[in-house]
Amino acid sequence: MSANETVAKKNVLKGLWDNAGMLVVFIVMFCAISLFVPFFFTWRNMIGLALSVSMVGMVSCTMLFCLASGDFDLSVEAIVAFSGVTAAVLINLTGSIVIGVAGAILSGVLIGLINGFIIARLKINALITTYAMQQIIRGVGFIVSAGSAVGISNSRFFGLGSGNLLSIPIPVIITIIVFIMFGILLNKTTYGRNTLAIGGNKEAARLAGINVNRIKIVIFTLQGAMAAFAGVVLASRMTSGQPNTSTGFAMDCISACVLGGVSLSGGIGTILGTIVGVLIIGTVQNAMNLMNIPTFYQYVVRGLILLFAVLLDQLKQRKSV
Amino acid sequence: MQHYLKFQSVSKVFPGVKALDSISFEVNAGSVHGLLGENGAGKSTLLKILSGAYIPTSGEVEIDGKVRRFHGTKDAIDAGIAVIYQELNLVPDMTVEENLLLGHMPLRHGLIDKKTMTQVAREALASLSGEINPKSRIRTLSIGQRQLVEIAKALIRDAKVIAFDEPTSSLSDREVQKLFSVIKDLQGRGRAILYVSHRLEEVFQICDSITVFRDGRIVKSFDDMSALTNDILIRNMVGREIKDIYDYRERPHGERLLEVKDLTGPGLTAPASFEVSKGEILGFFGLVGAGRTELMKLVFGAEKPVQGTVSIAGKVMDASNIGSSIRNGLVLCPEDRKLEGIIPISSVSDNINLSVRRLFSRFGFFINRGKEAANTDKFIEKLSIKTPSSAQLLMNLSGGNQQKVILARWLSEDIRVIILDEPTRGIDVGTKSEIYQIMYSLAESGMCVVFVSSELPEILGVADRILVMRSGKIVGSLSRNEATEEKVLKLALPVSGNV
Ligand SMILES: Nc1ncnc2c1ncn2[C@@H]1O[C@H](COP(=O)(O)OP(=O)(O)OP(=O)(O)O)[C@@H](O)[C@H]1O
Ligand SMILES: [Mg+2]
Repeated sequence: MSANETVAKKNVLKGLWDNAGMLVVFIVMFCAISLFVPFFFTWRNMIGLALSVSMVGMVSCTMLFCLASGDFDLSVEAIVAFSGVTAAVLINLTGSIVIGVAGAILSGVLIGLINGFIIARLKINALITTYAMQQIIRGVGFIVSAGSAVGISNSRFFGLGSGNLLSIPIPVIITIIVFIMFGILLNKTTYGRNTLAIGGNKEAARLAGINVNRIKIVIFTLQGAMAAFAGVVLASRMTSGQPNTSTGFAMDCISACVLGGVSLSGGIGTILGTIVGVLIIGTVQNAMNLMNIPTFYQYVVRGLILLFAVLLDQLKQRKSV
Repeated sequence: MQHYLKFQSVSKVFPGVKALDSISFEVNAGSVHGLLGENGAGKSTLLKILSGAYIPTSGEVEIDGKVRRFHGTKDAIDAGIAVIYQELNLVPDMTVEENLLLGHMPLRHGLIDKKTMTQVAREALASLSGEINPKSRIRTLSIGQRQLVEIAKALIRDAKVIAFDEPTSSLSDREVQKLFSVIKDLQGRGRAILYVSHRLEEVFQICDSITVFRDGRIVKSFDDMSALTNDILIRNMVGREIKDIYDYRERPHGERLLEVKDLTGPGLTAPASFEVSKGEILGFFGLVGAGRTELMKLVFGAEKPVQGTVSIAGKVMDASNIGSSIRNGLVLCPEDRKLEGIIPISSVSDNINLSVRRLFSRFGFFINRGKEAANTDKFIEKLSIKTPSSAQLLMNLSGGNQQKVILARWLSEDIRVIILDEPTRGIDVGTKSEIYQIMYSLAESGMCVVFVSSELPEILGVADRILVMRSGKIVGSLSRNEATEEKVLKLALPVSGNV
């Protein structure tokens, strides 16, 4: 009997670990840092932390869908930079914020659409396709901006990135809304469930009448749009469109997802997990900054975290075989 | 005779499920011991414990008088155990010979000795079936051929204990007989053999003793096969009497509903045409590889036809558009459960509602959890799917129960024509008879049922009319009354083959 009880106990613990393992890791880490790092647990720093993860947060939502369907997207970082430049150039050219923002987002939609089309219809590997696209778009961004930051003349545009609502920065509020939206999409719509089904078994999904190609194209298009939007917000915060910004951003989003339990081979992912992943990455970064850890060491730590995340993914998969 | 293999009160607990409860029995060297029981009774779990894939919660496995504890499959292989699983474990993009010798390839000067490899592979394959080329890739082989490769792997390792988990579910009759002669041969050489199957006639043909499982416990062990009958076995397995598992019900046929005209495409060697009327159950028989599955995929629209049309009630279907087929009430329950059916890491509920949830949803977009849950519960009950909850991941269900979930997925649909490709594969006798009853009632309510099977008795027992396929074309049509085993087989066997 007692053997049975210990088994039952073990199973409860295992279930907790599977579902909330990273949440526990995060909470412990957060408490420890609050205790030991001065100025960490202050309103000012919390707001700063939230602001610093807002872009990764937004794009992690679409990245979650991408990974959950069994694909990758490395092009987002170039889209972020390119859409910032596009917005800056268009605003300066026309004087209209609406045209600038719309043009920038449209460019993201278009790039995502092309990604999706190549991957879904032409059946080209997503990793290669989006890596190539990253290079192309990064290049085009430099060409359009002539290689340097494009300052934005219309200061009303800066409100998007630097404004506050009830003393919470607008980008943070947007990120929260995006999380809620994509949580609903993932859990409560056929689009979300079908995305997971495609990642779980593409052929079974196809034979169940799910239009796999269309869903993939939608996933990449949304991804492009979201990255472009994040790029606009960033440009607004920096008051300029910068063609060389956000290198490594795609991998940040992917690491956040994987830390949050999204499976790299598709089919598994939750929005709550992704939020936790984003917060872990942001918190570590923030704590390192507060402790004045030199950038070189920060790279090492970030790499280690990514490795840890992938290892975790591997362990989970091995268990499920 | 000595007991070579012995299970000593073996138990295995999974979250929410006691899969095995204190199992004890023994198997002699040189004998074939059958394991029978309903889907989810615990047969595969026991074999996984034997193979070292699972560690028992309590209890022991004894081999040749010694208690053995396996910490992984390698330990079991080293102890001379080979388990041939229900779900095959081959690397699809490697060749047959590479798969056969994976893990212990013959080396020369540190490099793989291809010549020896080919020779070893060829010898092992020859004793099973001469048809498989050691150089072909697994991907290009039929399920039946892949199964033979798995068996050859055990032969090469010269295992002392060989366990088969439903080995014949994808084999043709001829291959089954071949397998049996291999098993008899192994038995003669003193191997202890465990044999899991849902086909009772096989068990009578090959086993010396039998253990029947139900809900993780042993119901009864039989050492004397001569006193045993089909009915006794079924009663012990299912816990109730089943007089006639087919229990055919006659019914009138209405007007023509499905019409397939001159369909050609991959896997077919001649244009295929056939019709099915409302209320009719049309059986498709053929040997493994006769082109039945390919034809069904063309009809359903999963494969692009070169030419030809499929129409329902006179309306021509959109070629190779699965979505439109389903919306028009034409569904296919696919043959290859693992590749084409299950989403292993999703829940039972998500798997059942995969396709039909669009009908439950608002604007085809916002899913309706209530309706989905109700549908799931309905089918868990109707098909007696054994699962601790509807949220259980599908990969944790037994093979037969996974098959039931896929069936439930298609029975949930608003059907006019349902194509069932080997729907009873790996399903226990009790549920089989329930599935036949479901097929009759579908037909009675005016649907067309197209029923593909490699099991001749069930085709003869259930179908109103039988079409026979051979090497990519339809070669004959027999009504229920004229169909006999001989006639059907004569059509299905290759003309030159004298078996
Ligand atoms: N990894 C697992 N996690 C949780 N439950 C499991 C797992 N593997 C098996 N089970 C459960 O254990 C029980 C026995 O399963 P098992 O696969 O041994 O049945 P079986 O007798 O082989 O059935 P079938 O005839 O359908 O193949 C089932 O109820 C199944 O749901
Ligand atoms: Mg089984």
